[in-house]
Amino acid sequence: MIIKYAKKFKGIAGIVAIALTMSLFLVGCGAEKTGGTNGETPSATNTGDTIKVGILHSLSGTMAISEVSVKDAEMMAIEEINASGGVLGKKIEPIVEDGASDWPKFAEKAKKLLQNDQVATVFGCWTSASRKAVLPVFEENNGLLWYPVQYEGMEASPNIFYTGAAPNQQIVPAVEWLLENKSKKFFLLGSDYVFPRTANKIIKAQLAAMGGELIAEEYTPLGHTDYSTVINKIKSTKPDVVFNTLNGDSNVAFFKQLKDAGISAQDLTTLSVSVAEEEIRGIGAENMKGHLVSWNYYQTTDTPENKEFVEKYKEKYGADRVTDDPIEAAYIQVYLWAEAVEKAGSTDVDKVKEAAKGLEFKAPEGLVKIEGENQHLWKPVRIGEVQEDGLIKEIWSTKEAVKPDPYLKSYDWAKGLSN
Amino acid sequence: MLEISAKIKEYFLKRNMVISIIFVLLCLAPLFLSDFRINLLGKFVAFAILALGIDLIWGYTGILSLGHGVFFGLGAYCMAMYLKLESSAGKMPDFMSWSGLETMPWFWKPFASAPFAITMAILIPVLLAMIVGCLTFRNRIRGVYFTILTQALSIIFVVLFIGQQAYTGGTNGITNFKTIFGFSLSDPATKLVLYYTAVVLLLAAYVFCKMIIDRRIGRVLVAIRDGENRIRFSGYNPTAYKVFVYAISAGLAGLAGAVYVPQVGIISPAEMGVVPSIEIVSWVAIGGRGTLTGAIIGAVLVNSLKSVVSESFPDIWSYFIGITFIVIVICMPSGLVGVYRQIKEVWRSSLLLKQREAAVKH
Repeated sequence: MIIKYAKKFKGIAGIVAIALTMSLFLVGCGAEKTGGTNGETPSATNTGDTIKVGILHSLSGTMAISEVSVKDAEMMAIEEINASGGVLGKKIEPIVEDGASDWPKFAEKAKKLLQNDQVATVFGCWTSASRKAVLPVFEENNGLLWYPVQYEGMEASPNIFYTGAAPNQQIVPAVEWLLENKSKKFFLLGSDYVFPRTANKIIKAQLAAMGGELIAEEYTPLGHTDYSTVINKIKSTKPDVVFNTLNGDSNVAFFKQLKDAGISAQDLTTLSVSVAEEEIRGIGAENMKGHLVSWNYYQTTDTPENKEFVEKYKEKYGADRVTDDPIEAAYIQVYLWAEAVEKAGSTDVDKVKEAAKGLEFKAPEGLVKIEGENQHLWKPVRIGEVQEDGLIKEIWSTKEAVKPDPYLKSYDWAKGLSN
Repeated sequence: MLEISAKIKEYFLKRNMVISIIFVLLCLAPLFLSDFRINLLGKFVAFAILALGIDLIWGYTGILSLGHGVFFGLGAYCMAMYLKLESSAGKMPDFMSWSGLETMPWFWKPFASAPFAITMAILIPVLLAMIVGCLTFRNRIRGVYFTILTQALSIIFVVLFIGQQAYTGGTNGITNFKTIFGFSLSDPATKLVLYYTAVVLLLAAYVFCKMIIDRRIGRVLVAIRDGENRIRFSGYNPTAYKVFVYAISAGLAGLAGAVYVPQVGIISPAEMGVVPSIEIVSWVAIGGRGTLTGAIIGAVLVNSLKSVVSESFPDIWSYFIGITFIVIVICMPSGLVGVYRQIKEVWRSSLLLKQREAAVKH
């Protein structure tokens, strides 16, 4: 009897599951239809009561740990702008999509946002790989992407605004500062993908031109966690500086094992360009105390705008949360877009791009300006030291914002790098 | 004349009704769906070709391969190499120069020719599968051990492709294509042609698989699944059959990869990994293993569901998908096609019962 009942139940449950799947499929088709009608009016984003914008970050997968807080910052900026009246008298309606740390998925979702939802702009991506995956989609559909993370340069798509640092606003000044204030022997350590490879190519050219010395260049796969061989190599080659372009979890392993090997910040200078406050929370402040980093913004940056920004962010997302460079860049890029739209009087991509040229904004990091020539931001450069509490103390900064130069055209030694 | 039409009716409406409906729907889809959805559906059709391959080896022959992402990836990379060379107009692709290469590596050069690239997209997976298959099946490595080996294969290839950034584009993969056979990839007409090409190739793959399983060789494959030792005692050499089916399914995976790349516009090593390889198997499990229709339905339906749910609930979609998978696998061990057959069976027997009852009353 029970068996019979169970069998019957099995069948029913199966039918229910099919019905569920089918109905979901139909819901999807239904949603599709509305998307389709939008598609027929190209200026749909202008005619409704709201302006649709896309938010495209990894909310799942390995990159989620970094990208969720960047998404949070963008959502906060949108809420603030909506609270003070929106853009062109309309509210901004964010459409959030998950790139799932998978590059083809980023391309798919970018297509969806541009073709189906007809969004006015997209804020998104973190890794260079995801940016490179969506770049053809944005160029093909004449979309607009705001990209908030420092990167390796050698790119200036007409459909992307780069609000993180170009190499000459982070890596190049950091190497210069190290050569002046520390010493000449460099050990380059990075994860094996395009950003560290390109960054190190730049650094090698710079060292050769400025009298530095390259001791070794080591790459480990993304997600690598055993650094004993690398640390042994550091011990035996005795560099003055380890220039660290490791990304993700590898930093946790590297700094922990460095400390376990008895090497502290006093014994060896390291400078990291992909470790910010958010990552230090994961690595543990005790493992990173005294090590150096280079960015454009720290939570401790002393401007009235930053005080307000940090306060609002913590109030909204919890006192234990920290702000850092990409979070700040993500926050200000929403404002930059909104101001450009106001100035253009339209959300049309070409008009917004034109209006954005030379736009200034009082950001938490200081005054920033959009460089019309390559759609990057003028940004101040800051070198900082990790403190016991996991925050970063600024120990050097440029007096003013530095002009972005993604192809390093203004440096003689960088000729031949950009082809 | 009447006889022929009756035969056609019999063939398409009775014996192959479900698959006929599927292909009619796929052909008519561009009338109802937007360009974006058609592009997505084209990707799912490529996945369906891949699922057919998995179904041949797992559903019919009972060999579980969790490394089919490799064959798919190899096919996709071959096609991507051609597309990349075409879009960079004979010059060295961009990622090579930023990885420090001065000249184009020799093995990239022939991929400038489309026929060569397409041939390689199928041939390389077939050869690799034959080598791996010969080494393992001849030594009678089977069951879980073979499955673990295929997983290792997938890990090896992912690490290799990420490590050889100068030759493969590393983690980024290969992207930023402009044209295919001289036609712009952004042109809606090109996209439609690509979609129909995918559908036609799926049909060809289906017919091909059907030919295999309807013949004696198909019965041998099923017999290997159900009792390999008996097959051996009956005088067959299962090794040859297993290598054959492994190579065929790898070739289908390579073809699927070549169909996938121009529609999606990117291939990265992550697509060759263990997780995507397991996903392929789950489509077949959900659709119904051991039925070709099930593999196609599974691939298209599961991926549609994934897209739709991730668009509606970007924060929690992966949990939702996971739960749906579990529910389906527990409640419908024979997949969607199995349930369809069950329902048909119940309906038929109830019909029979009614007829009998009616007969008794008379």
